Amino acid sequence: MTRLEFYGIDAIHLKERDEILPGRLIVIEGTDGVGRSTQLHLLRPWLESSGYAVVDTEMTRSELIGAGLKQAKEGHTLGPITLNLFYATDFVDRFESLILPALRAGFIVLTDRYIYSLMARAIVRGADPLWIRSIYGLALIPDAIFYLRISVDDLIPRVLQRGGFDHWESGMDMKMGGDLFDSFVNYQTRLLEQFDAMAGEYGFEVIDAVQPVERIVEQLKERMFPLLPQG
Amino acid sequence: METYGRHEYPGRLFIVEGVDGSGKSTQIALLRQWLISEGYTVFFSEWNSSPLVKKTTSRGKKKQLLTPTTFSLIHATDFADRTEHDIIPPLKAGAIVLADRYIYTAFARDVARNVDRQWVRELYQFAVKPTMAFYYRVPLEVSLSRILTGRSELKYYEAGMDLGLSNDPAESFKLFQQRIVNEYEAMVDEFDLTVMDATLPIPEQQRRMRTLIRPYLQSVRRIRTSAQDSAWAGLAREMRPSHADLQGRHRG
Repeated sequence: MTRLEFYGIDAIHLKERDEILPGRLIVIEGTDGVGRSTQLHLLRPWLESSGYAVVDTEMTRSELIGAGLKQAKEGHTLGPITLNLFYATDFVDRFESLILPALRAGFIVLTDRYIYSLMARAIVRGADPLWIRSIYGLALIPDAIFYLRISVDDLIPRVLQRGGFDHWESGMDMKMGGDLFDSFVNYQTRLLEQFDAMAGEYGFEVIDAVQPVERIVEQLKERMFPLLPQG
Repeated sequence: METYGRHEYPGRLFIVEGVDGSGKSTQIALLRQWLISEGYTVFFSEWNSSPLVKKTTSRGKKKQLLTPTTFSLIHATDFADRTEHDIIPPLKAGAIVLADRYIYTAFARDVARNVDRQWVRELYQFAVKPTMAFYYRVPLEVSLSRILTGRSELKYYEAGMDLGLSNDPAESFKLFQQRIVNEYEAMVDEFDLTVMDATLPIPEQQRRMRTLIRPYLQSVRRIRTSAQDSAWAGLAREMRPSHADLQGRHRG
């Protein structure tokens, strides 16, 4: 059962309604290109074949704002505060219309990123940390947060292999360097600093993402198993 | 990111608040005309008008996809875009920015929808604190009769139908507006809103608004002298006695 515990204000009033959430909320966090979705693709069939119903979700997939956010990112007028709030709206829409109903119905919710990536990105873009934390304070504390940790040096070849440096994943909206590569290195270094700072505070279970894929998924399964509803 | 009350810009920000039908939009439109005629650079920003966000908001409303929390967030996103484009840059440039509705609209409406009072205040921490915030206070019967007569249909969220207060849109609207008024009244002291009597004749309200604003205009740069001043100057030139007149008068 996911407990009714929050990092900040329970703005959706879940406690008032004495909500019971028999599902599990499991978060996979980590920076861009670290291999989160590869892991999720392996975990979902494993859970399902063990008999657990699974819902997965990731950023920008909200019905309300997914398309609008994509469109806004294509233009050249999107400012950092607006960008942060677009993402917050996307998150809360998915939280209320997908994550919560699934937890109520006893699903295992696997989420590709949660509030931590959103806060890290916002802070790197100059957001006031107290401000962004208070917004995401309405999020439930997950049953587990697995953080796939990598260094910038190890990240670079993976991102290149995957198809190169993306505009947003390089923080080019903030022009963090003279070219795409420099900006990528600066932006990702600062993101990783934020993740590392959050790891202790939010109790991330750190997994070394440099290991082979099969090795990582074994570790994830091993750590996830005791969290699952038994019987 | 600077937070509420911490921004320091050479411009001035005047905003109007009040329920639908309080006449605040009329007042700020008149103020705008006056400021322009006085030679100031004026920027005007309206609630819920960001080109980046507007479409998503209206889609969310049409399809009834919005919960109180996402309703609140989508409006905050709209307001953020306007803050980053229409409010902060002109204020930095020393202009006068006028806003029809501001963060207090969100506080009133969102809390009326049961969004946590503290949470929504934190959400808008990035907003610039206005130089002056006018609250057009009007008895609910007056604003309701202004809005409900000659209006065929109330929209779903506008009437607060999402709250389930009543199945009748007009009745729901009244109950929802009452909650909004209660929130506004509670914010008068919290945010130091300047209360305006919206039952007075329009010109009298406008005269009072201009009197209150004038002291804040002293060091604001104008792009030209006021239309009135230049009209007076022109008139004075015409009336100035000519050299010949003066000569004649001497002789006489």
